Amino acid sequence: MAPLLQVENLTIRFPRAEPVRNLSFEAGEGETLAIVGESGSGKSLTALALMRLLPRGAQIASGRIAFDGRDLIKLDARGMRHLRGRDIGMIFQEPMNSLNPVMTIGRQIGEVLRVHERLTGRAARARAIELLELVRIPAAEKRVDDYPHQLSGGMRQRVMIAMAVACKPKLLIADEPTTALDVTIQAQVLDLLDTLRCELRMAVVLITHDLGVVAQWADKVVVMYAGRKVEEALPGDLFDNPLHPYTRGLLAASPRLKNDFHYRDGALSEIPGSIVSAGGETGCPFRPRCAEARASCGHHMPPLTVPAPERLVACPFTVPVEAMPHAAAFSL
Amino acid sequence: MPALVRIGRTLRRTLLQAVPTMLGIVILNFFLLQLAPGDAADVMAGEAGSATVETMAALRSRFGLDNPLLTQLGHYLSNLMQLSLGFSPRYGMPVADLIAQRLPGTLTLMVVALMVAILIGVVLGSLMATFAGRLPDRVLSVFSLLFYSIPSFWIGLMLIVFFSVKLGWLPSGGAGTIGSRLTGLPALLDKARYMVLPATSLALFYVAIYARLTRASMLEVKNQDFVRTAYAKGLTPFGVTARHILRNALIPITTMAGMHIGGMLGGAVVVETVYSWPGLGRLAFEAVMGRDFTVLLGILLLSSLLVIVANAAVDLVHAWLDPRIGAR
Repeated sequence: MAPLLQVENLTIRFPRAEPVRNLSFEAGEGETLAIVGESGSGKSLTALALMRLLPRGAQIASGRIAFDGRDLIKLDARGMRHLRGRDIGMIFQEPMNSLNPVMTIGRQIGEVLRVHERLTGRAARARAIELLELVRIPAAEKRVDDYPHQLSGGMRQRVMIAMAVACKPKLLIADEPTTALDVTIQAQVLDLLDTLRCELRMAVVLITHDLGVVAQWADKVVVMYAGRKVEEALPGDLFDNPLHPYTRGLLAASPRLKNDFHYRDGALSEIPGSIVSAGGETGCPFRPRCAEARASCGHHMPPLTVPAPERLVACPFTVPVEAMPHAAAFSL
Repeated sequence: MPALVRIGRTLRRTLLQAVPTMLGIVILNFFLLQLAPGDAADVMAGEAGSATVETMAALRSRFGLDNPLLTQLGHYLSNLMQLSLGFSPRYGMPVADLIAQRLPGTLTLMVVALMVAILIGVVLGSLMATFAGRLPDRVLSVFSLLFYSIPSFWIGLMLIVFFSVKLGWLPSGGAGTIGSRLTGLPALLDKARYMVLPATSLALFYVAIYARLTRASMLEVKNQDFVRTAYAKGLTPFGVTARHILRNALIPITTMAGMHIGGMLGGAVVVETVYSWPGLGRLAFEAVMGRDFTVLLGILLLSSLLVIVANAAVDLVHAWLDPRIGAR
C-alpha cells in the first residue's frame, strides 16, 4: 500500500529563485516525519506547498504530492478547500498572530466544523468545548468565549491544535509549532501532539530546527539544506551516525546535557559561513561551508545514495563515525 | 454583562468630559464671533433701508447688544444654566425652537449620507483590495480620486443639471412636495425623492475616503498570519474576506467615520445651501450673514454636543469590534 503522503521531486519556484528543488519524502499513516534545517532551507515553504498555500509569487514548478491516492498539485481550488482543515490540518509557528484577534476561540474552532461538517451554532460550540478539553485547556466551558488576547502563548497554540484536529484529519502539518513558546510549554505541546497522533491515527509532518525535538518525537528525519534533501534517516541512526557533513555540523553545534557536555564546558562548534541561495547553483549547495569539499563537489549536485537500509544521503564523501568529535555523545 | 458595564463607564466618562468641553467652546466662540464686523442691529437696519440712530440704539438695547461684552457673556451663560439657548432677534423666536425645527432635516441628511458613504465605500474598498493592482482597482482608484478632489457644491450643481434639469427625474431642491397631503409610506417616499441628490452630493466625498481607507486597511490585514490560518481551515476566499479580513479592517474606518460627523456638519452648510434644504447648516449660514450670534452660538453648542456624542458612539462601536480595547 502506498504511504498516505508521498512527495516526489517537488520544486518550488519564485520568479528569480528555486527555494525548494527536487524534494522527495513520504509519511505513512500514524507516522511522524520531521523535516529539519536552518532558516531559509525551504522547510516552511514545503509545508505551505503541501496545503497549496504558497505566498504570492511562489509556485510549484514541478513534482507530485500524492495524498491519500490523489495528486494535490492537480486538484482544483474547490477540491483543495475540501481537503484543507478536513483531511489535512495545519499548525503555524506564531500562535500570537495565527488566531483572529476579534473572534472568540470557540467561534474560530467552530468555523472549521461549520465549513466541513455542516454543524450549526450550538453543536459547533459543544464540539469546540470538547476539542478544548481534548487539547487540555482547563475550564473549557468558560474559555470557549475568550478572545485570543486573553490566553497565553501555550494556550493559543493548543487552540490552534484544536482547530487543526477538529475534523480528525489524516495528516497534520506542524510548522515549527513550538519555536515561539518557552521550553517547558514546548514539551507539553509536543506531548499533546504525539498523544493526538496516536489517538487519531494521524500522520504528522513536523517542521523544526530543533534537533532535541526530532530526537524525541520523530519516526523519520529529513535534513534539508538550501531547498534540497541532504540526508534522510531514522532518528536513532541519524544521531548515532550522521553521514552528511551538514548533519554532522548541526549535531556538533547542539549541546547534549545528557552527556554532561554543556556550553559552559567549552565552545560549541559552529558551521562556518551562512546559508546561501541555491538559485542557479550547480553542484552541492553546502560546498562553500563544507570541510570535506573537493573540486568535484562543484560540478553537480551529488545524487542521493543508499548507504544503509532506510537511509539516504547526498554526499559521496561520508566519513566513518569514529572520525567525528563527540560522536559517542549522540546516542539516545 | 461586562458589555453593559463598559457602556455605562463610557457614558459616564463622556458626560464628565462634555461639560467643560462645551463651556470652553461657547466662551471661545463667543469672543471669536465678536471679531466679525457689525452686529444684528446693523444688518437689520441695512435690510430695512433706513434707520435712525435712535431706532438702532433701541434695537441694541432690546436685544442687550449695548451691554459690555462680559455682561453679555454672563447673560448667555446664565441662560444656558437654565437650559435656555436665548432668543433670536432676527427670527423673533427662541433659538431652541428654531434649532428644533431645523435639526431633524440635517440629522436625517447626515445620517443617510454617512451610512450610504460607509456602505458603498466599504464595498468599493473591498473590491479594490480584492483586485489590488488590477483593472477594477485602477478604475475605482481614479474615480475615488476624482470624487475626493471635486468640491461638493460643484457636484451638487452638476447633479441638479443632470437629474433635475435634463432628465427631470428628481426635484432640484426643498425637502418635500409643498402642499402635498401625503401620509404614511407615500409621504416617506416623497421625502426620500428629495433626499437623493443632497445625500449623494454630501456622500460622494466620503465614499472616496472610505473606499481608499478600506482598501489600504484590508491590504494590511490580508498579510496577517491569521488570514493564512483561515485559508488553512478550508474557507472560501469570500468567507475569509467577509469573516476575517473585513472585521479587522473596519476598526480604523469607524475612527474616521466618528471624526467625519463633525466635518459633515460643515459640508452640510454647502449642500443645504445648494439644495435649499431646510437644515441646520443653512440656518448657520443665514445666522452668520445676519450676525445673529445667539443662533450661531446655539448651533455651535449643539454641534459640539453632537461630536461628543458621536465620539462616545465610536468608542462603543470600537469596543464591540475589537475585544482588546475593552480589556484596558
